Amino acid sequence: MEIKVDESTCTGCSLCKNVCMYDAIDIVGKKAAINENCVFCGACIDICKFKSIEITGLSQGYKDFSQYKGVMVFIEQQPGSIADVSYELLSEGKKLADALGTELTGILLGYNLSQSYPEIFKYGTDRLYVIDNEIFENNLDDIYAKALVQVIHRFKPDIFLAGATGFGRTLIPKVAAIIKTGLTADCTSLAIDPEKKILLQTRPTFGGNVLATIITRNARPQMATVRPHVMEKKQIDVKPGEGGSNGKPDVDIAKHAESISLGGPDSNICKSGEDYNGRVEYIELDISNFKTKYKLIATEKETGQSINLTDYDVIVSGGRGIGGPENFGLLKELADALGGVVGASRAAVDSNWISYPHQVGQTGKTVNPKAYIACGISGAIQHLAGMQTSDIIIAINKDPDAPIFKVANYGIVGDLFEIIPKLIKRIKYGNNLIQN
Amino acid sequence: MIKIKIIVCIKQVPGTTEIKINPETNTLIREGIETVINAFDTYAIEEGVRLKERLLSNPETKEEVEVIAITMGPHQSESILREAISLGVDRAVLLSDRAFAGADTWATALTLQNAIKKFDDWRLVILGKQTLDGDTGQVGPELAQMFNIPFVGYASNILEINRTRMIVKRLMDDRYETFEIKLPAAISVGKEINIPRVPSLRGKLKAKNEQIPVWNKGELGLEDEKIGLSGSYTQVVKIFIPKTIHEVKMITGGPDEQAEELYGKLKELSIL
Repeated sequence: MEIKVDESTCTGCSLCKNVCMYDAIDIVGKKAAINENCVFCGACIDICKFKSIEITGLSQGYKDFSQYKGVMVFIEQQPGSIADVSYELLSEGKKLADALGTELTGILLGYNLSQSYPEIFKYGTDRLYVIDNEIFENNLDDIYAKALVQVIHRFKPDIFLAGATGFGRTLIPKVAAIIKTGLTADCTSLAIDPEKKILLQTRPTFGGNVLATIITRNARPQMATVRPHVMEKKQIDVKPGEGGSNGKPDVDIAKHAESISLGGPDSNICKSGEDYNGRVEYIELDISNFKTKYKLIATEKETGQSINLTDYDVIVSGGRGIGGPENFGLLKELADALGGVVGASRAAVDSNWISYPHQVGQTGKTVNPKAYIACGISGAIQHLAGMQTSDIIIAINKDPDAPIFKVANYGIVGDLFEIIPKLIKRIKYGNNLIQN
Repeated sequence: MIKIKIIVCIKQVPGTTEIKINPETNTLIREGIETVINAFDTYAIEEGVRLKERLLSNPETKEEVEVIAITMGPHQSESILREAISLGVDRAVLLSDRAFAGADTWATALTLQNAIKKFDDWRLVILGKQTLDGDTGQVGPELAQMFNIPFVGYASNILEINRTRMIVKRLMDDRYETFEIKLPAAISVGKEINIPRVPSLRGKLKAKNEQIPVWNKGELGLEDEKIGLSGSYTQVVKIFIPKTIHEVKMITGGPDEQAEELYGKLKELSIL
């Protein structure tokens, strides 16, 4: 494999040099010269107006993937509930399945699972495979990996999606390694190439400054993980009588009525006489070779409040401007009033003002809440990388030139110790602060 | 007894604070970009060195341990291996070959696996939990799976370790889990696990004089179709800088007005 510059057409315009993220291009004698830093990312090929650069010797051997069909989502189950990211992925998977004219399936593993999964079908799931077995009791990576490998080999999905949770990020690479296929981590957008019918997996790289679109070129399934809160959770509409998005007959409904019966307070979309199509299938696994290499000795909750930042729609974060550990109480009060959680910058965590699980940014958590309120955070690029995709960013900082204002939707230059207590009071007691 | 070997996998990444976008051309400004050891890998190095000290000083084990750092990258990546030596690593190997370029996480893991195979009696592989440039965190679990050994990601504390087993605690999203696993195994670490030391003078001197071997595809017994972009299941087809059309609305006035307007906005945006 080689990357070549056609010197007869290259003008030495430097476009490629400027776009290269790896310092891999020099302009020598008015011609582009590619050095050993090159990682074949193709950015230069894209930008070159003269089509002077080309990668050669990459085998594009045609493989027949026609037996791989459908979009499968790994439904991550946490004790007592299903992780929200799974519904987000089903919503996204539904779009992909529709674009391909194929089926959306879910795979749920666990022990002593609930007998009904109404939520899962609200997002367009055609079929839910369930394996209920005591071997899944402790959520051990290697057991899950073996099971998912069997499922993938059996049902041969074309696309396989999973949440980039702590568990998913450890488990799914193992699955990909056993299956021998590609895996793209932390995608922020997924789409189907209309001509080639392949999955275009776009993800941020270089700390969120650059987006890369990636394909799985010579293996199936095409596997991708997506972080929680990145994709939108969207229930499908069901019209009376249609009983599903693709108009299939409802033959399985009766058979599995108890499994998919809807009802209760969640069924606001589903009025009487309507139903979601979809079926639950309990499947068996060959577990004879399922020996785990792990012995789980203890599980403990993070002490104090639950601190999975990605579970919250609102994050109130503090940085160096907070001044000390005692002042996080103020942020906590605001976070509580907004039904949110407290986050922190690296500076605050490194000063031991708050524990590491609260840290947002490149060396902490990447979060995408509905609202991110940055208090006394200047906005170092590493911090921005972890929160800039939040829906709404509100920044409160004394310094009008703080970089945080460059990504904020709303900015307040002022003293957070004056403004936040007033805001909390306003929320709690409801008296207009401005007396006319 | 043969010395136990602990392998630390590290990567050279751009010091990302320096990455800036030229707003006019929408391209990256590369001037003054330094390359450094991936931040999480510094914890991996430190943990390797600490385990060495711990196993040697423990009267029950008295194991001699050798800590070996490896990296895959262009020739200039040698500098981070020297840095690793200055931080207490015993020796280092650079995996460098033009044919390694463009490797995805799979091809990277496979290349690392073939390098690690060349050492005898390695018991533990330590990696940073993810890199700051690629940010996938996939190489560790893929590598462990290729060896079919246990992998514990996000390890926050190694409670016990000897030649054959370890007890390790990991941080998941909302909980800690403690596992007993048999060695050899692989773990990935983040900043929870330790506070890295600064290089010692002796270490710096050793780093300066150390001969760092370079292994190419031939030495690893790897053919072209297994490595680099050719050996990758994924391929970047487009790389672009997102256009940001961004305008910040400043909320002005005194603290009362600001708080009131912010309250209004929170209502308007249905956050309240």
